[in-house]
Amino acid sequence: MQLSEMFSSTFLITIMIRAMIVGILVSICSSVLGVSLVLQRHSMIGDGLSHVGFFAIAVSACAGVSGTYSMEISIPIVILAAVLIFRLSKRQGKLNGDSACAIVSTGSVAVGTIMYNLTGGRSGDICSSLFGSSSIISISTKDVIISVVLSLAVLIWFILSYKMIFATTFDESFSKAAGIKTNLFGLMLAVLTGLTIVVGMKMMGSIMISALIIFPALSAMQITASFKWTVIISAIISTVCFVTGFFLACIFSLQTGAAVVVVELTFFCITALFAFIRKKAAIKKQLKKA
Amino acid sequence: MEILKSESLTLAYEGINVIENLNFSVDYGDYLCIIGENGSGKSSLLKAIIGDVQPAAGKLMLDPTARKKGIGYLPQQNIIQSDFPATSYEVVISGCIGRNKLGLFWNKEAKNKADEAMELLGISSLSDKPISVLSGGQRQKVLLARAFCASSDILLLDEPVNGLDPSAAHEMYSSIRMLNQSKNMTIIMVSHDVQCALHEANKILSLCRGHSFFGTPDEYYIHEQKDAEYDHKLHDCTHCHVHHLQNSTEGGTHNAAV
Repeated sequence: MQLSEMFSSTFLITIMIRAMIVGILVSICSSVLGVSLVLQRHSMIGDGLSHVGFFAIAVSACAGVSGTYSMEISIPIVILAAVLIFRLSKRQGKLNGDSACAIVSTGSVAVGTIMYNLTGGRSGDICSSLFGSSSIISISTKDVIISVVLSLAVLIWFILSYKMIFATTFDESFSKAAGIKTNLFGLMLAVLTGLTIVVGMKMMGSIMISALIIFPALSAMQITASFKWTVIISAIISTVCFVTGFFLACIFSLQTGAAVVVVELTFFCITALFAFIRKKAAIKKQLKKA
Repeated sequence: MEILKSESLTLAYEGINVIENLNFSVDYGDYLCIIGENGSGKSSLLKAIIGDVQPAAGKLMLDPTARKKGIGYLPQQNIIQSDFPATSYEVVISGCIGRNKLGLFWNKEAKNKADEAMELLGISSLSDKPISVLSGGQRQKVLLARAFCASSDILLLDEPVNGLDPSAAHEMYSSIRMLNQSKNMTIIMVSHDVQCALHEANKILSLCRGHSFFGTPDEYYIHEQKDAEYDHKLHDCTHCHVHHLQNSTEGGTHNAAV
């Protein structure tokens, strides 16, 4: 489909605006939360929760909400999983955080797939749950309202807690000494990440959504060495990559999630190359001085 | 006036006691150095003061006024990620988090405190520099400034000179001494450097599995001398005893052979 054709239909424009609103909000939320998760070496929480998201879709299908999944069912499941994964991520010993999270995430995908099989779900349903819907028509007005409310909740929490987020992400033990309830903070971060994943899952797919959490933060960290700018640049990169990937998906009839992630990956490679060249130049300059 | 008091304190990890029946007290303005071998519970004691580790038995009481004002904590250097994207100023001002928690921006009081801390420790010029490019000594000073922002009463320092070269360590000790003497801050420092601890602190807490010591550096010298004499005597006795046993065994063998 040509871009001009898309914009010629009012119906299509409405659908695209809906998808863009949800997508941009999810991109901003996931990127700002992602900075803290990546820096605390808790990326696996986002990845684990995205796999649980697939399980939640399968439960929706079993409950008879087939085809389109229900956020009313997904939200409590993902919140419970967020609490569980957060607790497991703090574990030490034989079943430590990493392996415990891996058990939850792979277990969720396996159980979800079997549930799909038992309820007569098609492989197409599984594919679209994992990699994102190729059709943006599935995003309803109700989805947009829930997405806007949840995204605003995430952003308001982030703005109010920005200083605590920095202090705790940088040094948890110091924050604890300064009187911050770091466990509550970590739990909130996990729950809000879960909510963001639920909101973005339909468009991005449960496997691809974790890329929105990890890539923008990593790309921003290649460009700046300030926390404030890492958050701002991460949100900008995430939005730009989403919009680019979204239009590429529309034009070339691709899976939205896959297209956005490929753009994110390309952006990350560019920023990593930029950081490498800058580092080499700095070393050369120092050697010249010496 | 006491800022911290420990009464028959026992700390345990997974059912194993790391500190047993510990008694000591710290007054406002004191400089306490905690020394001891690895695994003797030095860092656990600091974590207990923060409230991160709960006592298995006994009491550890921090003056409520001091707790309310906040605790300045400098963790071991390996806890901090060297590649974390943050400027020195962002790190220092984050020390004010106990007093200015909500919102995107720091209030004027926090900004003034951060400026004062950086000026006091001579790191104002590092303000915009990312912490990833700082030397070990500069990074520790930034973290000390953050701890100073967090509290006006008490600083807990966990091996602050660990991994620093002698000159950076010397500068760090001078900065800590200055905060203790000119700002009357109570310092509780964990260190492996016994000689510096005895030189810098006015109170010593030596943690050893089985027996601990608490007193002034002079008392610690006497205690160590007595211990050394006792060990020497014990060594002599053991030596005599082993010698005697060896002789009697040899005699026994000899007798048996005959």
